[in-house]
Parts: sequence; structure tokens; C-alpha cells
Amino acid sequence: MIAEIGLAALWLAAALAGLQLLAGSLGLTARGEGLAGIVRPVAVVQGALCAVAFLSLIVLFCETDLSVKLVAMNSHSAKPFIFKLAGTWGNHEGSMLLWVTVMGLAGGFVALVEKRLPEPTMLATLAGQAFVSLGFYAFLLLSSNPFERMPVVPAEGQGLNPLLQDMGLAFHPPTLYLGYVGLSVAFSFAIGALVTRQVGPAFARAMRPWVLGAWIFLTLGITAGSYWAYYELGWGGWWFWDPVENASLMPWLAATALLHSASVLASRNALRAWTVMLGVVAFSMSMVGTFLVRSGILTSVHAFAVDPERGSFILALLAINIGGALTLFGLRAATVTEGQRFAVVSREGALVFNNVMLSAILGIVLFGTLYPLVAEAMGAKVSVGPPYFNPMSALFLVPMLIVLAIGPLLRWRRDSFARVRPMLIVPALLAAAVAAGVAVWSKAHVLPLLGLMLAAGLGVASLLPLKGRDLRRTPLSTWGMVLAHFGVAVALAGMASESAFSVEKLVAARVGDTTRVGPWEVKLDRIEPVAGPNWTALEARLYASYAGSRQIEARPQARSFWSPPQQTSESALVTRWNGQLYAVLGEEADDGRWQLRLWWKPFVTLIWLGGIMIALGGLLALVGRVASDLKRFVARDRIADRRESQGR
Amino acid sequence: MTSALKPKHQRLILALIALAALIGAALLAIWGLRSQASYFYVPADIRADPPAPDRAVRLGGMVQRGSIRTEADGVTIGFVVGDGKATVPVRFRGIVPSLFVEGSGVVAEGKLGADGTFVADNLLAKHDEKYVPREMQNMTQDQAKQVVAETR
Repeated sequence: MIAEIGLAALWLAAALAGLQLLAGSLGLTARGEGLAGIVRPVAVVQGALCAVAFLSLIVLFCETDLSVKLVAMNSHSAKPFIFKLAGTWGNHEGSMLLWVTVMGLAGGFVALVEKRLPEPTMLATLAGQAFVSLGFYAFLLLSSNPFERMPVVPAEGQGLNPLLQDMGLAFHPPTLYLGYVGLSVAFSFAIGALVTRQVGPAFARAMRPWVLGAWIFLTLGITAGSYWAYYELGWGGWWFWDPVENASLMPWLAATALLHSASVLASRNALRAWTVMLGVVAFSMSMVGTFLVRSGILTSVHAFAVDPERGSFILALLAINIGGALTLFGLRAATVTEGQRFAVVSREGALVFNNVMLSAILGIVLFGTLYPLVAEAMGAKVSVGPPYFNPMSALFLVPMLIVLAIGPLLRWRRDSFARVRPMLIVPALLAAAVAAGVAVWSKAHVLPLLGLMLAAGLGVASLLPLKGRDLRRTPLSTWGMVLAHFGVAVALAGMASESAFSVEKLVAARVGDTTRVGPWEVKLDRIEPVAGPNWTALEARLYASYAGSRQIEARPQARSFWSPPQQTSESALVTRWNGQLYAVLGEEADDGRWQLRLWWKPFVTLIWLGGIMIALGGLLALVGRVASDLKRFVARDRIADRRESQGR
Repeated sequence: MTSALKPKHQRLILALIALAALIGAALLAIWGLRSQASYFYVPADIRADPPAPDRAVRLGGMVQRGSIRTEADGVTIGFVVGDGKATVPVRFRGIVPSLFVEGSGVVAEGKLGADGTFVADNLLAKHDEKYVPREMQNMTQDQAKQVVAETR
């Protein structure tokens, strides 16, 4: 029954999306004006129906209703509750339903609260959102129905991939999807603005909070995903340039560029066409990412099923949406009027430079991700990894970070380097000192050295916009910018430090042996069997002591799941303020020795701390913007009221 | 007249600079991909046309039965990868993936040493039926069957 309710809600929502598209398009013409009034309510109801469908699927998973094919294929009654719940989106159909749900909710939310845009632009925007949604409804209902029943109810489900049975699954995909699909709003805004030729500061101000919101979720999703891969895969790395990781990085790069160009458009009325273009590109990258992950063209832990039909379907959707949007852009770009001009050395100039650098990095990542697919089509099997991505992206990242340190200090429209030079002496000297120190005292490679140097300089420079200001009167959005830019420096410091100073030790240890890794002494005390709800494991008891201080227990495991039968290795982490000890238990050798892999990773935690700071900076900016918009609204209403009463 | 042209001018120059930077990035990407992409080899390819010694490549094949040996340090293993036509000895220092067993498929990432031994920095094994390294999908279909049949 619940499955049927969910399916019915989904079909209804799809029908409403069709209605929304029709009414929105006709509402723009003189004859269909009467239809305009229903667009907003329809969008809201469509969002609510999506939520009903998604809740139905959650209930089915929590109850482990094995008569539903998706549940039987991906769940198991003995699984802990939280993984039953999270298992809802731990598979292809469920995650696509999540996608559609977020898209429906975002559209409904926009329809409900967005009052800043002229009504025709709003209609075109909601029609655009409905158009994109329709494609995904079709995909879900025609080729990946999550509510399909089983002809014969099986006795037990097939279980969930053990790598996915982790708390990370509960948060990582929903966060990332809120970001991915949140960008669809920016896409629809861009379409709406192109259709009605209303590209201007009002458009940017209306779009900015939505972009910010999506960008915050993307940032958190990427940060969480990176930490999850770090401790769950047991390889000690935090970023693998895996195509699936790249699929989340590309929309982030585009959204970061969009965020900054939208702020130029909002406050300076420049970069009109470029902002619209980025609005289209950002969500296009989300769709490309979904295509890569969901089509089964890549095989990774994220690709749940290999099905060429689905791949072709998503590819067709991509072609229609991106091709259509770019065609519209090509037709209308020339009519987007020129914005305000500015000098090369100005805040705008710096933002343009960084926009181009972000786009270049996006291009580098996109090429590297697609190249293996193109090469395979031509008969060569290649893989592209860090030797390509690291130096190539650094080539554009380094100038970008230097401009990032200077840009916020520049004035809008026109400025000179001579004015800001005195402020930059301290960060520049600090960067030089760090570089010299690292070069002399360690054997760090060029990239980590550059990273530490830039992190030091940027860390100080990013705080300079607060210098000389009354901190209590500084707008929240400025605090947000400073925090986010400082977060970039913090994350960079973590990355560079991890790469420059990590120590690794691989040993075969007897019980009772002590191994040194960096400042740590790690004693293998014993190995014992332990059992969980759906797994058994061998667990090592390690006693780790940092430079002779108190011993801390760490328990890495080698786990065997029984449904599906699979083994995973659970790493153990010991976190100190200055880094993490990372321990993995391997196999038992013939002579009773156990393989242990240990890393000491100084300041590695700064990577994720920086990511959280970046997201938090975004949140501050969002709260600041929304609050000041609300204030402006209230003031405008009051003035209007007063005028009205005076008129009488 | 000139002042009327100027706005268009700045826009054009900005667009051209952006375009030049992006084309530069694209050219750089192509160059980087040509020199840094790691190619996939099966043992027969390695015998026929060995990759340069310092080039990172991936080697895929079946772990030959009875070939896995652990060295005295307890963490270095040696084994032989074959594809039914040729074999390549592989050395790996590290913790092997849980489903790394004799008679099953593996993809080794690393470099071919001067002595003809492949030195792997990373091993990718089949995790379960849903997670197979991309190169191994075809291999398990086309080659694995005959490989397994021959080594039995």
C-alpha cells in the first residue's frame, strides 16, 4: 500500500510539473495570463508530493518491506536501523528519487518565498525548473522505478554494500544532493532571466542566497565525503581524484565562481552575461556528475548498477538541458546589455581573474575525468590520477590564491597596488619565512612547500579586511567572506602539511612488539575476535603513546560481513591537536606476525576543519544577506504604508 | 565615437582574455594527459611492447595459482600475473585487498622495473560482484575464463 502511495504521488508530481511548465510558458503570453496565478501553488504542491513519495520509500526501507524489489535488493532485516534508513538513498533508484525530491522541494520553496523578481521572470524561472524536473521524473518513472514490487516475496534481502554501512552514508549523499540540485535553482533563474531579458543586479540579488545555500551544502558534502573516504577506505589518503570525487568538485568550482560573479553583478552591475553563463554551467556540471556516477560508465563504490539504457537516458537529458540552455544563451547573450566598467586593478578585476582561474581548474578536472572515457571509446584503456591533476590544477591554483590574498583589500571600480602594498608586507614576509624554514628543515617537495607558503600568507592576508574596522559594526557578510577565505588557508595548510610531513610505517608485528612511527610508539597488545550485528571481525588492541606520554588505545579491525559476504578494514584514528595517528590491521602472516600499517599525519585534520570554516563563512554571508534583504523589505513596506495613509 | 565604442571594447577584451586562458588550460590539459595518463597493460602487452621504466602504468591479469610468496619482512609479497599468453612477476609492499586471492583477477598500479619485475604501489582487487575495477570488467569476460581454465 505504501509503495503504491509513493508511486501515485510521484506520477502526480510529474503531471504537476508538466502543468507548471505549460502554465508558466503560457502565462508569459498575453492570452494565457490567467494561467500565471496557478504556477506558484502548483510548484509548492509538486514539492510536497515529492516529499510524500520520498517519505514512503523511507518507511518501506525502515520496515524492510521485502515485497518491494528495491528493498529486497539492497536491504536486510538484520541491518542496524540507521543503515536501513540511510539505505534508502544508498542505491541508484533511491538516490535518483532523492534528487527529484530535492529538486521539487527547491522549486516549491522558491515559489513560496521568492518575491524580489519581476513576475514574468519568476514564471519563466519556474517553468524552467519544471522543464528540467520533467526529464528527471521521466527517467525515474520509466527506467528506475523505486517502488517496483517483487513477483515473489523473498525470505531475506540481499543487504547493503558494507563499505556503505557507515554513518557517513547517512549524511554525505543528502548533503551533496542538496548542493547539486540546489544549483538547479540558479540554472532556472538564469533561464528565466534570459527568457525575459532581465539580467541585472536585482536578478543577481535574488539568485545569490540560493547559490550560497547550495554552495554551503556542496562544501559540507565534499568535506564529509573526503573524511569518509579517508577513514573508511583505509588507504590513508583524503582525496583520490576519483571520477566520483571530481563529479562533486566540478559543480563546486563552478558554483564558487558563480557566487563571486553574482556578487559583482549584485553590487556593481557588471559581469552580466558571464554570471548567467556560470548559472547554466554550475548545474550542468551537477548533471554531468550525475551522468558519470549514475550511468554505470564508471565503476566505483558509487556506481550501484551498470545499465547502459540508463546511461543513454541521462545522456539524452544532459544534451537537451545543457544544449538547450546554451542555445538560449547564445541567442540572448548579445541582447544582455553591457554592465558598468571597471579598471583592471580593482575588486572586480581580481574577482574576474579568479573566476577565470576557477574555470580553468574546472576545465582541467573535466578533461582529466572524461579523458579515460574518450580514450576507451578509441580502444585505449588509461587512467588519470594525481600525477596529472596535482601539478595541472596547482598551475592555476597558485596565482588564484595570490590574487585571493590581495583581492578583498582592493576597492571597487578603480584602485592601485601602491595603496595596498604596505598592508601586504607582513603576509609576504611570513610566507617567505615559512618557505625558507620548510625548505631548510624538511625534504618537502615543491607543491607542499608552495602550499605551506601560500597558506601562511593567505591566512594573515585574509584577516586584513577586518583591520581598522569597528568589528561590532562589520556586516555579517564581510565576516563570512573573511572566515571562508581564512578557511581556504587552513585547509591548504592541512593538505600541504599532510603531504610534506606524513610518516608511514608498514610492519609485520608479533603480539607485544612496539613500532615507532614519527613521534609515536605503538604497541600491539593483543588480537581478539569481536562481533557486530551483521559482521564479525578480528580486532587489534594497540596502545599508542605520543613522545612518551600517556598510552591511548586504538582498535583497527578487519571485518567480515556475511550479507553480502565481503571484508572491509576499519581503520583506527587517534586524534591530537597537531595531527592524527592512523592505524590499519592487515593479514596474519604464516609465522604468527600481523601486518600493521601506521601513519602519523601532522595537522591533517586542518583539511576538514578548513572545509567546515569555508561552509560556515558561507552560512554567515547567507544569514547576513537574508537579514538585510528582510530589513529592506520591512522598510519598503513601512514607507508604502505611510504613503498610503498620507494619500488618504 | 570612441567613447561609444569603449564599453563594447572592454567587454570584448575581457571575453578574449578569458577565452585565451581557457584555451591555454585546455591545451595544457591535453599535454598533461598525454604525458601523465597511465595506460592499462595485460601481461601479453608488457612482453610485446614494455612501457618505459619510469612510466606509471596499470597491469591487469589473473593471479597465478601457487605463485603468492611472502618475503621475510612479512609485508612484501611476490606473485605472478598472467593472461593466458604471458606472465609477469609482481612485487608489492603493503596490505593486500581482502579479496586478493590466487586464481582471481587483480589490477596492479605501479612501474615495470629494469629486471622485468613489476613493482606495484597499489593493488585493486574485485571487492564484490558490484565493484570491479573498470579494466577488469572486460577482462573477466574475455580472458578470465580461458585463463582460469588453463591454470587449473
